[in-house]
This record gives sequence, C-alpha cells and structure tokens, in this order.
Amino acid sequence: MELNILTICYLIGSITFILGLKMLSNPATARKGNLIAAGGMGIAIIGTIFLYQDEHGQTLHNYAWIFGGLVVGGIIGTLAAKKVKMTAMPEMVSLFNGMGGACAALISISEFNHLLNGYNGSNADFLLALEKPTLLIVMAGLIIGSVSFAGSMIAWGKLNGRVKDVSFKGQHIFNLLMFVLVLSLATFLIIGTPDKIMLPIFYGVFFLALLYGIFFVLPIGGADMPVVISLLNSFTGVAAACGGFLYGNKVMLTGGILVGAAGTLLTMLMCKAMNRSIKNVLIGSFGSNAVASETAHAGGTYKEISLTDAAMVMSYATKVIIVPGYGLAVAQAQHTCHELEKLLEEKGVEVKYAIHPVAGRMPGHMNVLLAEADVSYDKLMEMEDANSEFKTTDVVLILGANDVVNPAAKVDPSSPIYGMPILEVEQAKTVIVNKRSMKPGYAGIENALFFQPKTSMLFGDSKAALQKLIAEIKSV
Amino acid sequence: MENFLNWICLHQEMFYVVILMIFLGIEVIGRVPSVLHTPLMSGANAIHGVVIIGAIIVMGKAEPDNYLALIIGLLAVVLGTLNVVGGFVVTDRMLEMFKKKK
Repeated sequence: MELNILTICYLIGSITFILGLKMLSNPATARKGNLIAAGGMGIAIIGTIFLYQDEHGQTLHNYAWIFGGLVVGGIIGTLAAKKVKMTAMPEMVSLFNGMGGACAALISISEFNHLLNGYNGSNADFLLALEKPTLLIVMAGLIIGSVSFAGSMIAWGKLNGRVKDVSFKGQHIFNLLMFVLVLSLATFLIIGTPDKIMLPIFYGVFFLALLYGIFFVLPIGGADMPVVISLLNSFTGVAAACGGFLYGNKVMLTGGILVGAAGTLLTMLMCKAMNRSIKNVLIGSFGSNAVASETAHAGGTYKEISLTDAAMVMSYATKVIIVPGYGLAVAQAQHTCHELEKLLEEKGVEVKYAIHPVAGRMPGHMNVLLAEADVSYDKLMEMEDANSEFKTTDVVLILGANDVVNPAAKVDPSSPIYGMPILEVEQAKTVIVNKRSMKPGYAGIENALFFQPKTSMLFGDSKAALQKLIAEIKSV
Repeated sequence: MENFLNWICLHQEMFYVVILMIFLGIEVIGRVPSVLHTPLMSGANAIHGVVIIGAIIVMGKAEPDNYLALIIGLLAVVLGTLNVVGGFVVTDRMLEMFKKKK
C-alpha cells in the first residue's frame, strides 16, 4: 500500500516537472510553473521520507538526521536566495547547481562503500556479476557530479571576481589527458576484479574529476560563463538521473534527464548566439585566444560629451534606443534608467531598449533587471528587431555594455569574438557610451566603436550619470 | 558483456523513459523566448535538485553506527536541499518581477 502511494507521489512529481518546465517557457505562466514544480518536488520528497521501502521491505530510519539536514539546507537556501542581489543572480544559480552536483557525487561515494561491503561478504562472485552495471552508474554519477560541482564553484568565483582567468600553454592537451585518465581509471574499476586497491582508485577518480572540473572552467573567459553554467546545469541533471538508475527511481530519472536534455539545448542556443561551437567550450580554448589578442587594437582618440550636450541631444531626438549591459546591473541603475525613459517619453521621444541575447552575465539577465524596474515588455527589442531599427534612430545610449556592441565581431577575423552577432549601433546617427573608464570589457578586448567619430563617451557610474542626465533633461 | 545486456533488458523501461525525456526536454525548451532564459535555467537548476531524493535514501539506509555514511548522507541531504529550496526561491524572485509589470 505504502509503495503504491509512493509511486503515485513520484508520478505527480514527474508530471509537475514536465508541466513546470513547459509553463516556465511562457511569460504569463512562468511563475505558476515554478511553483507547480516546487509543489511536485515537495510531494516527492515527503513521500520518499515516509513511504520509501528498499528491496527487503525495510523503511528508512535516521529521521533526526534527515530532518536536521532538510531544515539546515532549507533555511540557508531560503536566506541565500532571498538576500542575493539581482546582479548576483547568475552566481547564485551557479552555486546552487554546484550543490546539486556535490550531492550526486556524495550519493555515489556512499553507494560505492556500500557495494564494496557487499564484495567483502560471502558469494563475492555472484555479487561481482550482478553489480558491474551498478558500478558503471555509480562511477558516472561520481564523475559527472564532481565535475559539475568543481566547475560550478569556479564559475561562481569568476562571476563575482574572486577567480581570475588562468591559462597556460598546452592546457587543452593537459585537460584532455586528465579527462582520458579519469575515464581509464573508472573503466579499470568497472571491469577489474574487486580487491583492496579499489577504494584508493575510487577516491583517485573523485579527486581527478574535481581537478578536471576546475581546469575545465579556469581558462574560459568570463563572457562565456553563461554557456558554461548552462552546460554544468545539464551535467548535474544527468548526474541526478544516474541516481534515478541506481535506485530505480523514476522521478529522479525524469527530472534529471529532462534537465539534462533541456540544459544541453539551452547551451547550444547560447553558443549559437555567441557563435561558438560546443566543441570549443568543451576543450576550453577561447579564453587563450582572448589573451593572445588582448593588446592588438589599442590606441585611437575618443571624445567625451558633457552632460548638458547629452541631455540636449536626447531631448530633441525622435527616437532613442538604450543598450543596457553589465555596467547597468552593477550600478543597480535599472530604476534610474526607467525614470529617464519616462522623462523622455513625456517629451515626445520614442524610447526602446535593445537587448543582446548575452548582455550581462546570462541570457535574459537584462530582461530580468529591467522587469524589476517596471519597464514594459513591448519596449524590449531582441537583437534582430533592434538591428533593423538602428538606421532610423537618432541616439543610441549604451549603458555599461561593451563586447555586445563591438564591431570587431563583424570586421576583425583575428578578434576572439569574431563572428558573434552584435547590436549594430554604429548605424544610428549618434552613439553615447556610458562607461566607468576606457577599460576593456569582459572579453578583454578594445572596442573600436569608442573611437568612431559619431561616438562620444560619458564617463561615470551608470546610476550617477543617469541621475545627472535626468536633472539636465528636466532643465532643458 | 552479457551482464550489461541482461541489465539493459531488466531496466528497459528506464531506457524508454530516458529516450522519451530527452525528446520532451528539447521539445519543451524549444519554444522559450530568450527573455526567459535566465529564469528557465534557474528553474531547471531547481528541478535537478530532485537528486535530494537519492540523498534521503542514502541517509535513511545508513547504519546508525556507521558515522562515515551518516556524515556523507547528512552532507548530501543539506547540499541537495540547498539546491532545491534555493533554486525554487531564486526562480520565484526572478519571475515575481516579470509579473509586476502587467
């Protein structure tokens, strides 16, 4: 009876996951979809705690430990998620993803010890024959989970600036060798005869997988972090599905594979937007390219624009397009930006926003930020629409964006971002760039746009600059 | 080799589930507007937190005197809960902002 109820719980869980993901893909139902998936997860968790029986009909024990863990994790998770600033959202996703990966790896460690105890007992040959595929699953969960955990931690550190890009000569080969080593050790464990050496090798694989995760993400430039996080997200999904195989648990299997497949597709969509191939991401090669050509295009003169002039140009424009970037997010200037938009609209200026698919630190990052400031949906244009509108635009105001408007992506084959679709702002009549300094953007390269005759620079923190600009426009 | 074939046959329904879920996952995501990419990634992140169920099973099966297993299990439960709870709350916070505008 209990097991039947548990099966129903898992069925509900699986359905809510599918439904939740589906509803998350529509702005109108997204929030409800998230809550439905959360509800299904709750049912599956509670069902597991009280109704689970193993193959011998034994129920779970150690309830104090289980609830202790749930309460501690729940409180920390809620607090962290509630306290985090909007700008730090991508880091948070990466961090939580790492936790899931670590969880999957720990399950594998625990199950391996369990299996090993089985080998040491009687009729070892029988167990050996039976447990080989299980061992395969355990190893897969361990490796994928560990890589996902270590990689996510590095991605987290990179996004908040604690970890710098590190690359050295022959890194691809080093990474590849490490990967092959992990796989061969794991294969050796799976096909080899069990004896005492297994445990050290197992932990060796664990350690190497962690190391691989670190070196896998380390050389990749910050601008490509969204792709990496999405990829690691799908890794963790697969690691969770390994757990599903291990316990014959269908809700883990459906949830894990669903995320694995969806995450992989999302990763590919992002790669496409940035014109990278997924192979490049996996081998981790483009960080080193960026370093190589970092100093290639320095120089040129740029001109500054005074606040009064900027205010004047914008108030007498017919159409202004704002291009937000990470600088806007860092300065928390989204509300001020919305204020500027309203002010200009009152003056009869048409204001729109051009959102590059990878502006900020994650796809959709800018949309989330601007939505927070109550910017209406229909003002946000995607890249293609924006590019056809720049020709008829008087002023483009770039707020803390850099690489996504760098013309080098179109004209300079040696540039690391060559081929990435960009917002073609230079087609507009005037371009005003708000930046804190002339320092290069996240990809670490100079931007020729800033030195073009129609471009003028407005230096300063986005929020402060916008506030002053608003004051100026009011007095025009 | 025969082991693995037997095992695949024994778990064939699992493999069917895997295949179906791969297509379903791609199908479901395929229609997502890029506006929702970040919340979607975050939501998917919360859903793979279902790995917590494995952690609970590990924890619940550990012998009460096997401290290594207990500690590993506890750590797994805490981390898994962080993934689930944090993931859903962050996603909700992101989507809350979308809702406000209409």
